[in-house]
Amino acid sequence: MSDRPVEEMSFEEAIRELETVVGKLERGDVALDDSIALYERGAALKARCEKKLAEAEEKVAKITQGPDGQAQGTAPLDG
Amino acid sequence: MDLFEDDTPGTGANAHEFTVSEISGAVKKTIESEFGYVRVRGEVGRVTVARTGHMYFDLKDDRAVLSAVSWKGQVAKLAHRPEEGMEVIATGRMTTFGPQSRYQLNVEEVVPAGAGALMAMLEKRRQALAAEGLFDEGRKRPIPFLPEIIGVVTSPTGAVIRDILHRLRDRFPRKVLVWPVAVQGKGSAEQVAAAIRGFNALTPGGALPRPDLLIVARGGGSIEDLWGFNEEIVVRAAAESRIPLISAVGHETDTTLIDHAADRRAPTPTAAAEMAVPVRAELLADLAQLGARMAQSQRGGLDRRAERLRDLARALPRPEALLASPAQRLDSLDTRLPGALRAAIAKKRIELSDHPLRPGLAARAVERARDRLAGSTARLPGAHRAGLSQKRLRLEGLRLRPAALQTALRQERRNLDRLAERLRPDLVTTRIDRQRERLDALERLRGTLGYEATLARGYAVVRAEGALVTDAATAREAKLLEVQFADGRVEAVPTGGGAGPATPAKPKKQKKQETAAPPEQGTLL
Repeated sequence: MSDRPVEEMSFEEAIRELETVVGKLERGDVALDDSIALYERGAALKARCEKKLAEAEEKVAKITQGPDGQAQGTAPLDG
Repeated sequence: MDLFEDDTPGTGANAHEFTVSEISGAVKKTIESEFGYVRVRGEVGRVTVARTGHMYFDLKDDRAVLSAVSWKGQVAKLAHRPEEGMEVIATGRMTTFGPQSRYQLNVEEVVPAGAGALMAMLEKRRQALAAEGLFDEGRKRPIPFLPEIIGVVTSPTGAVIRDILHRLRDRFPRKVLVWPVAVQGKGSAEQVAAAIRGFNALTPGGALPRPDLLIVARGGGSIEDLWGFNEEIVVRAAAESRIPLISAVGHETDTTLIDHAADRRAPTPTAAAEMAVPVRAELLADLAQLGARMAQSQRGGLDRRAERLRDLARALPRPEALLASPAQRLDSLDTRLPGALRAAIAKKRIELSDHPLRPGLAARAVERARDRLAGSTARLPGAHRAGLSQKRLRLEGLRLRPAALQTALRQERRNLDRLAERLRPDLVTTRIDRQRERLDALERLRGTLGYEATLARGYAVVRAEGALVTDAATAREAKLLEVQFADGRVEAVPTGGGAGPATPAKPKKQKKQETAAPPEQGTLL
């Protein structure tokens, strides 16, 4: 179990750790107290993943360039 | 002058007389009107770009060379820059350069001649860039699993961006930043490279957030259409990109150099979108499944523990049962105890009656001890004597013995006898004999060296009054001569005669005789 706060994890990190947690719980070789802590961590990880998945928001913009050719801002993409 | 006019008759009189500039201008006009638009195929020779930006190069085949020039503005628009050794078709117009009496082709467009030439050039460029390590596997970065922001470098209009957005929306809607570029034609390579660099220049989380994944995309087309993605500037920008980059240029069968430098190559823009994001629905399902498995295993774990507890509790025995068996054992032993004691006493009594205590047993032991004492007492004096005689023997061994001295004496005497034997007279006499022999030998040598030996060979020695006579003059004056032969001496009286040359030497002879003494030595030595 990593000590990294769940809130800072990317989706991939969170789901990878969640898989590890589930695997450990399924093997059933964890002490009862540890299994409860593990379960709580798993629940937090799952919540984190769900939050990242809920952030599925499409936002499309077009870069506008300044006179120096660098990105200046965005504009809607008209497709 | 007259003479010259005579020499150029007829024709000269009527022909127009050009100045150099006039004829040069006329030639220019003729050439430019006649060859205002030509396509020339040839191999590119040496290429030089002047500081002004104009490009000068040669076009050649096996028999002729044509000077070619592209002005700075034209160079910028060239789709392909001529490179030495390249087979090209150059398009432009013929013109002249009056100051040097030259004609040249002003090139506006250069196209590699034929697909083979283009592919050869592409391969050459690919090898050069690969040699720099731009395509190394070690440079490739992993594509993020779920990028937050995706930067897309492509044309803002057209099917490609729509395909990508569509597929992203299907799988996992994301924030997308499109950097609009021309994906074909002049300047497209520069724009694509600038876009890749521009995205990299953004700061993560800034007002204009930096994407964590880039897609460079273009739809299918001819090799010429896709050519911009083979340009070195694009390849380098892709290789240098710190943001992971997926290239999706053309269709599946088209490969451009940016594909080698990209971290992933997608066969199509749609495929690039698939590589970019996972499918959200699948992830949700996975997540739900993981959650279910976790809850189930946790519940299972608790159930298993509870069941085990119940089993163990069931297996715990009742307190009465724990004591029943020992109590019974105690009862049994209690009843057996008195009988056992009685039986043990009876058994001991029988044993005692089998082995009664008798005085004879003790007496035998005393007798045995007495015997041993008597034996030892009897052996005591003998043992003492034996010890004494042993000591005496050792003493005798140490005593002084005359026999040994006599032996030593005898030995010394023998040594003396031996030495006496070796002391013999011949030890001395032998040496005397040897010296005598040596003396004899020396005497013999002396004899041979002495005059006596010559006497034996017929010579004689003449003396007068004991002195040696060595010449006739002396002999004549002597009264008596003594002649010595080997075997003896004879006296002789000289009779004179034969006055030789000795006569005038008379006084001299006297002197000689004096100097000749002692005579023996005088003649011999």
